[in-house]
Amino acid sequence: MKARLVIEVNRKPHTVEVDPNTPLLYVLRNNLELNGPKYGCGLEQCGACMVLLDGKATPSCLLPVGTIKKQSIVTLEGLTQPNGSLSPVQRAFVEQQAAQCGYCLNGMVISATALLAENKQPDDTAIRQGMERVLCRCGTQSRIIRAIRQAAKEANP
Amino acid sequence: MKETADSLTQSRRNFLKTAGCLTIGFSFSCQPLSASEKPPLQDSLPGSLRQQPQINAWLEVLDDGRIRVFTGKLELGQGIRTAIAQVAAEELDMDLNKVEVHLAETGRTPHEGYTAGSGSIENSAMAVRYAAAAARQKLLELAAKRWNKPGNQLRITNGKVELKTGTEQLTFAQLLNGKQLEDTVQLPVALKSKSDYRWVGKPILRTDIERMTRGEPVYVQDLRFPGMVHARIVRPLAHGAKLRFFDVAALKKTIPGVLKTVINGNFVGILATEEYEAVQAQWFAREQARWETAKPLPDEKRLAEYIKKLPAKTRTVKESGDLKAPEQTEGILLQARYFKPYHMHGSIGPSCAVALYQENKLHIWTHSQGVYPLREALKKMLGLETDAIHVVGVPGSGCYGHNGADDVAADAALLAMAYPGKHVRLQWSRDDEHGWEPYGSAMQMEAEARLDRSGKITHWRYDLWTDSHSTRPGGEPGNLLAARSIDKPFSAPTGGYSGGGYRNSEPYYTIPNLKVDAHFFEGPLRVSALRSLGAYANVFAIESFMDELAEKAGQDPLEFRLAHLDDERAVAVIKKLQELTRSEKVAANEGIGFAFSRYKNVATYCAVAARVFVDIKTGTVQVRKMWSVIDAGEVINPDGLKNQTEGGMIQSASWTLKEQVTFGREHVSSRDWRSYPIFRFSDIPEVEVVVIARPTEKPLGAGEAAQGPTAAALTNAIYRACGKRIRDLPVRIL
Repeated sequence: MKARLVIEVNRKPHTVEVDPNTPLLYVLRNNLELNGPKYGCGLEQCGACMVLLDGKATPSCLLPVGTIKKQSIVTLEGLTQPNGSLSPVQRAFVEQQAAQCGYCLNGMVISATALLAENKQPDDTAIRQGMERVLCRCGTQSRIIRAIRQAAKEANP
Repeated sequence: MKETADSLTQSRRNFLKTAGCLTIGFSFSCQPLSASEKPPLQDSLPGSLRQQPQINAWLEVLDDGRIRVFTGKLELGQGIRTAIAQVAAEELDMDLNKVEVHLAETGRTPHEGYTAGSGSIENSAMAVRYAAAAARQKLLELAAKRWNKPGNQLRITNGKVELKTGTEQLTFAQLLNGKQLEDTVQLPVALKSKSDYRWVGKPILRTDIERMTRGEPVYVQDLRFPGMVHARIVRPLAHGAKLRFFDVAALKKTIPGVLKTVINGNFVGILATEEYEAVQAQWFAREQARWETAKPLPDEKRLAEYIKKLPAKTRTVKESGDLKAPEQTEGILLQARYFKPYHMHGSIGPSCAVALYQENKLHIWTHSQGVYPLREALKKMLGLETDAIHVVGVPGSGCYGHNGADDVAADAALLAMAYPGKHVRLQWSRDDEHGWEPYGSAMQMEAEARLDRSGKITHWRYDLWTDSHSTRPGGEPGNLLAARSIDKPFSAPTGGYSGGGYRNSEPYYTIPNLKVDAHFFEGPLRVSALRSLGAYANVFAIESFMDELAEKAGQDPLEFRLAHLDDERAVAVIKKLQELTRSEKVAANEGIGFAFSRYKNVATYCAVAARVFVDIKTGTVQVRKMWSVIDAGEVINPDGLKNQTEGGMIQSASWTLKEQVTFGREHVSSRDWRSYPIFRFSDIPEVEVVVIARPTEKPLGAGEAAQGPTAAALTNAIYRACGKRIRDLPVRIL
């Protein structure tokens, strides 16, 4: 059942021995011991498990790891610069204090990063559309929208 | 409050066992050494300090120059860790990063009941404030004695006591010589003058948010231990269903990675090496297990009528004046009936726990809101001694009350005891959480009032029907799902914390003749504490009704409220809201609605306005903007308070416009985010919060203040936008 697979996570190749049907989320959390992607629903409904798959925000909770061939996977951890400094989106979230419990933060930061990569100056509608897949129960969405605006502004002053 | 009562003496005894302490041998009630002004009058110790008065129960001096502060509360996303660090750093004149906050853990932190009812600032932060101030006093006394100098020649700076001349300096740890401050805090305590504050009242950034953005381990879900195994639980669709068939061998054959299947009565859990194996085992087991459903559920469509007809225990909450002989001929009589369905906590991260049973001791890592009460319940469920259970609080996903946290911990405990020597990580699935968490009770409210000719309310009658608002473990194993399903089951206690149902059922307005009755039923679904308890539904009803009365009286809704208010702080929040919204332009099919309440009628004041757009053709409601003016007394962290209030408004708007637990005759049918939709980004309004800070008043918890007024502000706005009066939630226009 188990197979030896090589996946590229946060710009490094990783060899894992897993059942290729295993959803990527469990491989990232348990084999690679990453904390960014979170289990939220296992149904691709809430976005807590988002990763960047070739730059696109993608839920990882149902995606079989064996179907990932050459794509690059970036998790929340991979957004931080090698010198430890935060990405503009991460920094904006901290400065806007755009979290309460923070459990949804992974999906928020990943989705916002993908959104800003595609649309440098998203308007309010584009932000909402880009973030629609990710649920927050604490009600911090208004701060998250502010953080995304801040990150967009800093990237394109 | 019944919620916080538990065996405090027990925990204190355990606590003392673990601490190596020193009693300092001179009087504590001497003149304050460094107070620059007269300390505020104190007639009793604040908050949890009354039960745990020793300094070292709340703080510990560390060798590296830092201090460690203990709280019996858990970080739930409300920012309590930061607020507690702020008050401790303030009283001890330290940098914030020199204060470590240790969250709820049995045998280690004080027993503070539950992290609930917006009580963490009032109880825990205030206990820490006084303990830190007492520690400061004590440390200065010790140094004064050591150097034989009067107190006014000493000062405290960042973890050190020094002579103002700079000739002598000792760290707290050096002064204590490896011991801790075991003295009890005694009044009067010289608190720092508020005008000298560096940390308190400032919008200090929560440091945990940066850790979250970096993907550092923060949550119980992130715990990893060597050799840890993964578990899933198999529950039926319906509560009370009995297990009739389960093929353990077939499961093992299909999923060879299964290490053990634990079947104990109707409790079924599966352990596996890999998490995905446990997930697959849960899927397979759900398919093959056969359950016999017990009692059918009532017709969901007729829930409002159904709950009113159930046998109920009645309690008069308030009676004043004379309702027997209202002036029948004068004024206007108005009646209305309101309804709120069952709501979910709906945590984004389903509940999770890690448990280890080793050398006759059970360790549990949990996001429970009450580590001590959970231990009490587990002790009875498992037949263990208190000392054999160690419960560590670790933050989880936001819970907003009693969700599946305690249940998953009990499930994990059963599994760990059946599989000793290994850490067992149990992750509930989305379906487990949606289907089995205890919901916020459905409620029915009936109001009747009489207005006199001048438009004043003379008579008020209010009846509410509700189930319990707390079935927290509280030392009762029958409140834990696992304990109800094992071979020798514990039955669920009835009539839990009933005060929650009539929270805010008495209007905060001046009304001469008034009667409020609460009727408690036992409803068809499992219920417990959900953010603000009954206040959400009661304030929704009262504040909707106030709008209806204002209209009958031909008055502006805010002026009508002001005319019935005597409390200046209540008046101030409403006037500020008036000012904020006065120049708002309302477009076609838009309306602005208002509401006010004082949480629990003794805590935080909160007035809310909402501007909504209603599309009559499609029946859609879009919330454009919400404003809130909040007075929570002294504010420890204004940004934390704003964050809680913004979030409270958005969450309450989601409850009000979208949410309802649905069920068929056999079981709950809201089992994922599709069948229980909540607000997404396209639903989110702009929000604005104005804080009225009152530094000389008592600090009040504010996490639940916005829930009720938000609901009524929205429905009142909908009425203004389209003329439809919403009395049944969730809002349905067509």
